[in-house]
Amino acid sequence: MTMLEITLLAPLIGGLLLALIGHRSLAGWLNVATGVVTFAASLALALDVFAHGPQLSAGRLFYIDAFNVYLVTLTAFVGMTTSIFSRPYMKHEVERGRVTDRRMRLYHSMYQGFLFSMLLALSTNNLGIMWVAMESATLTTVLLVSLYRTPSSIEAAWKYFVLCGVGIAQALFGTVLIYFAAENKLGAERDDTLLWTVLHDTAGGNLDPAVVSLAFVFLLVGYGTKVGLVPLHNWLPDAHSEGPTPMSAVLSGLLLNVALYALVRIKMLVDASLHNELAGHLMMGFGLLSFVVAGLFLHRQHDIKRMYSYSSIEHMGLMTFAFGIGGPLATFGALLHMTMNSLTKSAIFVPVGYASQLAGTQRIEDIRGLIRTQPSIGWGLLIGTVAIAGFPPFGVFISEFLLLMATMKSWPWLTIPLLVGFGVAFAGLFRHLQPMVFGEPPVGQKPIRANMLPVAVHLALVLWLGLSIPTFLSGWFEQATLLISGAPLR
Amino acid sequence: MALSSLSLYSQAIILFAALVLFTSFVMLAQTRMVPLIFTFAWQGLLMAVATVLVAIVSGHKHLYISAALTVVLKVGLIPWLLYRLSVRLDMNYETEAIKHPSLLLLGGAGLVIFSYFIALPIVHLSGLATRNTIAVSIAVELLGMLMMSVRGTAMAQVIGFMSMENGLFFAAVVSTYGMPLIVELGVAFDVMVASILFGVFFFHLRDSFDSLDVGHLNLLSEANEPAPLAETPAASTQGEHA
Repeated sequence: MTMLEITLLAPLIGGLLLALIGHRSLAGWLNVATGVVTFAASLALALDVFAHGPQLSAGRLFYIDAFNVYLVTLTAFVGMTTSIFSRPYMKHEVERGRVTDRRMRLYHSMYQGFLFSMLLALSTNNLGIMWVAMESATLTTVLLVSLYRTPSSIEAAWKYFVLCGVGIAQALFGTVLIYFAAENKLGAERDDTLLWTVLHDTAGGNLDPAVVSLAFVFLLVGYGTKVGLVPLHNWLPDAHSEGPTPMSAVLSGLLLNVALYALVRIKMLVDASLHNELAGHLMMGFGLLSFVVAGLFLHRQHDIKRMYSYSSIEHMGLMTFAFGIGGPLATFGALLHMTMNSLTKSAIFVPVGYASQLAGTQRIEDIRGLIRTQPSIGWGLLIGTVAIAGFPPFGVFISEFLLLMATMKSWPWLTIPLLVGFGVAFAGLFRHLQPMVFGEPPVGQKPIRANMLPVAVHLALVLWLGLSIPTFLSGWFEQATLLISGAPLR
Repeated sequence: MALSSLSLYSQAIILFAALVLFTSFVMLAQTRMVPLIFTFAWQGLLMAVATVLVAIVSGHKHLYISAALTVVLKVGLIPWLLYRLSVRLDMNYETEAIKHPSLLLLGGAGLVIFSYFIALPIVHLSGLATRNTIAVSIAVELLGMLMMSVRGTAMAQVIGFMSMENGLFFAAVVSTYGMPLIVELGVAFDVMVASILFGVFFFHLRDSFDSLDVGHLNLLSEANEPAPLAETPAASTQGEHA
């Protein structure tokens, strides 16, 4: 069996097993074990690809290159650490009576099912399968958003389902159009014209520009809904705030990345055929709008998880903007930022979850004095937020700095909205954070059992990458940059 | 374009495509639940017939499989599921007030014209016998979307969603003679799971909001303060049907 097969099969088999025994106390450990196996296999896969170059599986169903292998590894890693966090957290939720045995089974099996669909979306070579996997990612998570069965969680899940369903349907139409353009060029007799390798290598640069532009607009709307780009973002804060916290962590840290990955892959195809900046400009526009609007919305949040999900929209907007600019520097920065945001954001949701368990509410106004009550949670939240706001020496600072430099090189005027956006977002986060971590704790607020290991690991990684990026990792990013932007860094 | 210069099969495809579009308009303005479900089933059937005709014209064998899938899923399983749900939830005699029906239908007509505009570059490039119906498939998709955005009940939204999916499927059939089989199977699987999940949601919505009117879904918005999270166990004991 190849490493890729293990990476994909582990969550699938784990998910099926957990559907049967997901309510036992052992299930949490099985969830963790599945995560560890997946991550180990993905790491081996990554080293293999790094040493021997891209891999095309037999039957050409899967294609792994420098760009997606790093996302596969990142997804498996965050999936693993979040499962470590999820075990005691969900146990506590069961003790509080918020979830029943049946729902624990559902939760565990869908958690792995979700990881499987994301890994499938990342590793597949077929644009149609990619769409199917993206849709499955919605389907597996929609019942988890409504796991607590409160009216507001059901509303959130319905919104998520309907909006993402409509959005992603547009992406399917875009995929049909790409298929149409490719068949037109390569002949209808072939049945492999939806394969990315065929589209990129054989048909690259030859697809009909009018159809491809139309396709890109549909695909941007479709996958952009899942990225959370601004006019289409309404589902995101609801879904993130109402589901169980481990879900919010993987949604924020991973799903949005996968959707952006799909968009960037499509952009690579479209750019080759269009020979103009249409795709890039559209992505820049949507990205910048999301970045600025989400930063403003940060100020008026009352729910702690909603606030951090707006911060996710902000960062996804920034990445979309950077991929839109498109040069090697911007692409390198965007790839780095993708990693940093995933690690930091999924780390932040851990103390956020504990803080809301501690205070018994998600209302920012009622969460007070975390550091006094339980220093580990308070400091975790504070350091995580400092990291995501882009303070040195954390890695987010480096990637944001690179993005600013890239912007200054190609679009000097746009650095002004970017800088203002950074400031606005920073203020939005800190005006809410300050009283939550410092301040007087309410009477009777008691510490809870909390496992801060995943947070420490993630933040240590972000700090390490902020201080020095190891050679193999930067080499890896450079390979991916070369692949996406078509030019080497420097 | 002279219709009479086309082969009989091609003319029949155009006829059935027109009927599919017609059912979309019927659904847009149909206020009663059960006829709405039946109209949806009719749309699936007409589409399956059109797909078989395309298969005959083009000689693509796998389109027969797609047509069979459509019949099983969109004429059989999904309408049956929705009908069962509407009976179990006592809403088979319910009607829904549509605001400004004439405006809605006019808007629909506008969308059809818009789809012809979108389809121009595609039709221009295509050499397939079915290229005249590409605009119709886009129109069906957009009408489904319109239906989802203006209709207020969960049932009508689900049917809008599924009809949108019909439009996409039809677009794939008439513009490229169908997607590769593996993709089509995947999409069909997703649609099936989605329809089951929608069913689950009907019960949840009914339990939490006492109604399937999505107008009641207004707890979460930027304008509101979020509801306090406490006392959830009480609410969570009700929704055990799923």
